[in-house]
Amino acid sequence: MSASDDRPAVPAESPSVDPPGQGAATHTTKEPENRWSTAFREIVGGSWGVSVGAVLLAILAGSILIVATDENVRAAAAYFFARPGDMLSAIGSAAGDAYAALFRGSVWNYRADSFADGIRPLMVSLNYATPLIGSGLGLAVGFRAGLFNIGGQGQMILAAIGAGWIGFSLQLPWPLHMLLAIVVGMITGALWAAIAGVLKAVTGAHEVITTIMLNHIAFYLLFFLLATPGLLQAPGSANPKTPPMQSSAVMPKIFGSGYHLHLGFVLALLAVAATWWLMERSKLGFTFRAVGENPRAARVAGIDVGRTTVWVMVVSGALVALAGVTQVLGTSTTGFSTDVDAGMGFDAITVALLGRSNPVGVLGAAILFGAFRAGGATMQAAEGIPIEIVTVIQSLIVLFIAAPPLVRAIFRLPKPGSAPRRKAGDPAKEVAA
Amino acid sequence: MSATAPVVRDESPVSESLRHVTVTSKKFPTVFTFMTVVLGLIMLLAPREGETKFRFAADTDFFAIPSVAVPAMPLAWVCLAILVVLTVLSWVLFLQERRTPWALGVLFGLAFLAGFLGWGGAGSVSDFPVVRLVSSSVLLAVPILFGALGGAIGERAGVINIAIEGQLLGSAFVAAVVGSITKNPWAGLLAALLAGALVALVLGIFTITYRVNQVIVGVVLNVLVLGLTTFLFTQVLVPNTSQLNQTVRFPAIRIPVLSEIPIIGPALFRQSIIVYLMYLAVPLVWFALYRTRWGLRLRAVGEHPLAADTVGIKVERVRYRAVLVAGAIVGFGGAYYTLVAVSQFNRNMTAGAGFIALAAVIFGKWDPVRAAMAALLFGFASALEGAMSVVGSPVPSQFMLMLPYVVTLFAVAGLVGRSRAPAASGVAYVKE
Repeated sequence: MSASDDRPAVPAESPSVDPPGQGAATHTTKEPENRWSTAFREIVGGSWGVSVGAVLLAILAGSILIVATDENVRAAAAYFFARPGDMLSAIGSAAGDAYAALFRGSVWNYRADSFADGIRPLMVSLNYATPLIGSGLGLAVGFRAGLFNIGGQGQMILAAIGAGWIGFSLQLPWPLHMLLAIVVGMITGALWAAIAGVLKAVTGAHEVITTIMLNHIAFYLLFFLLATPGLLQAPGSANPKTPPMQSSAVMPKIFGSGYHLHLGFVLALLAVAATWWLMERSKLGFTFRAVGENPRAARVAGIDVGRTTVWVMVVSGALVALAGVTQVLGTSTTGFSTDVDAGMGFDAITVALLGRSNPVGVLGAAILFGAFRAGGATMQAAEGIPIEIVTVIQSLIVLFIAAPPLVRAIFRLPKPGSAPRRKAGDPAKEVAA
Repeated sequence: MSATAPVVRDESPVSESLRHVTVTSKKFPTVFTFMTVVLGLIMLLAPREGETKFRFAADTDFFAIPSVAVPAMPLAWVCLAILVVLTVLSWVLFLQERRTPWALGVLFGLAFLAGFLGWGGAGSVSDFPVVRLVSSSVLLAVPILFGALGGAIGERAGVINIAIEGQLLGSAFVAAVVGSITKNPWAGLLAALLAGALVALVLGIFTITYRVNQVIVGVVLNVLVLGLTTFLFTQVLVPNTSQLNQTVRFPAIRIPVLSEIPIIGPALFRQSIIVYLMYLAVPLVWFALYRTRWGLRLRAVGEHPLAADTVGIKVERVRYRAVLVAGAIVGFGGAYYTLVAVSQFNRNMTAGAGFIALAAVIFGKWDPVRAAMAALLFGFASALEGAMSVVGSPVPSQFMLMLPYVVTLFAVAGLVGRSRAPAASGVAYVKE
């Protein structure tokens, strides 16, 4: 096609780590008595061990940051040699309180009186996870097809424009109005993503650059629409904010009005299933993966790489758009402004990487990061620790996960596929022999 | 390809036609046509009255050029006529299978600009500040330009640096802190270079040693630096602003003689030291890349690491050095934010300049001089918004703010053509 083919951009292969222990598998068949130790090795040496190790490392680094910037710790450090115990207890309470608040805000509020109140943080976490699931899935589809769609912000904004405009301007009965808003939002988001796909297919422009530029363009477009009376701006207001959504377009709460969790979460779960089916069982998904693995081979096999690129972006954009739609119609239905994307487009990158571009993995990663967000907010309110600590921990997790050898070296985990220590050296050679 | 290739019956015409392989591209004529139509539509749909006054003098000029007032619409129509002629010329060249020369493109750009500015400033009470437009173009381009230089070096060595944004932000932060503690901008600058190199070192460790996908590491590093600087800013800098976030800025230096040249003198030669370093950096990087042994090895490693390894070049070491040098160069750009532009760090103050720098690298075809030109173009596109708001332009400010990104999009997608990245850019080298 052009220059872009020679450029890398294909992150698909790297999060998926190394070929999972083929050597070990062969050994299991040979030596059944070693089954338990092999199983243990597969767990700690495979990708799960690395994931857990990465999360631990990142949380450790986060604790260091919290402790180092804590005022009590710094005060106690001044007389460390006189009374070292003070500093140690200050360190303990700084980190301990922070993570206790994180837990209290994200999973279970142990200070609450009833089960209904105690479980509320978990619902908040799932609510935060909802847009991350959609946008993470969108990114994951792109990764599998070798496209790095950083345009989540722009696609969410366009989805919000489409869904929001339908949501507050039309008069329709409930399910119809909501469904129409969802569909229109997903279409506008998908079309915005398609711009980058078409540019890549036709001119070879790198999608990392074009999607980032489209993010900024979408932002100013929304800004313009919000600042101009008669477009998206709420009538009779000078604020850059839309009017609230009609009640007929709002997604209902799943567990009643006491909890924030809304229908968008169910839609996100459906999207997980749909994406799994698309990527693993459908012909379109097969062409996506073929192009992602090797565009040249795909072309030789008769796949139209350019057209596939456009479709990948459309699917990816539609999934990301789902996140924008749920934000507008479910989470904050009182109208939105230019910060409607709330940084989800970039968080989605880390979600997709942590989830290893696998729909179920994305679901887990999104819930984890949703919990971080919910807990981070509590941590900020209760302990005065800026919520950006969550961003730091998230990016560190992804960074560590992307480099399995580093994590293995730190935790002294065995390599995947390495046999228990025996006299014979290289298991790969044995297998080959 | 296939075994059943048609037998060539008459050999001479075939070889005759093969001797002249003409490469033509519709891009120039297409873009010219598009832009001409845009300006034409603007002028037809929203004609304006009055005159446009262009002010060429700075306040403290040795001798001041008087402001020029031009009748707006006639100026715009003349420019449109020039645009039409150039567009037709470009199509004629295309039909004759000849390339449109770059000079024609520059001429087209100038005519478009003159027409657009004339239309935009029509009937305004204030003068259109030409000097300010030039000087703020250069100033807005500073971080982008340093970022683009660093990016070009990295990619030439085979390491895609998406983390330019993170390097800019990180070095801006460190420059603010060190500059505030020492009350010495030079110490801040030095620290900024180290900070840029430190982010580059992390990039290097993960991409060169651990061979993680370079785009992923770059993107994640950006997020990491953004989170880290914002966390430390809120937690540490905000409570101690006077000690930790109050730098002494580099003063503006007037270059004798040069600063008295009309228009460009006040715009280009009454700047701070970092801007002058930028003027020097472009030719220096060019020289280092194309005329030194270091540059030759660096480019070899970026194009064909296996071949470079075969002749005894240590691929990983060359890449590490290149990435570290590039990081330090980006650090100059970061220092600009907190030691020249303003005297305080603020959260996410780079606001995507690193990504524009990345686009400038591609637009400049991985060449430091062209990348610098691209950076200046983006700086100009950003500066236009400020200048247009002075004369109260009828274009909504959001669209003017959007302009640099639209220009980038067009540049990357449209005008770059079949640009080719360094062959091994983005590929980790595995020694066999």
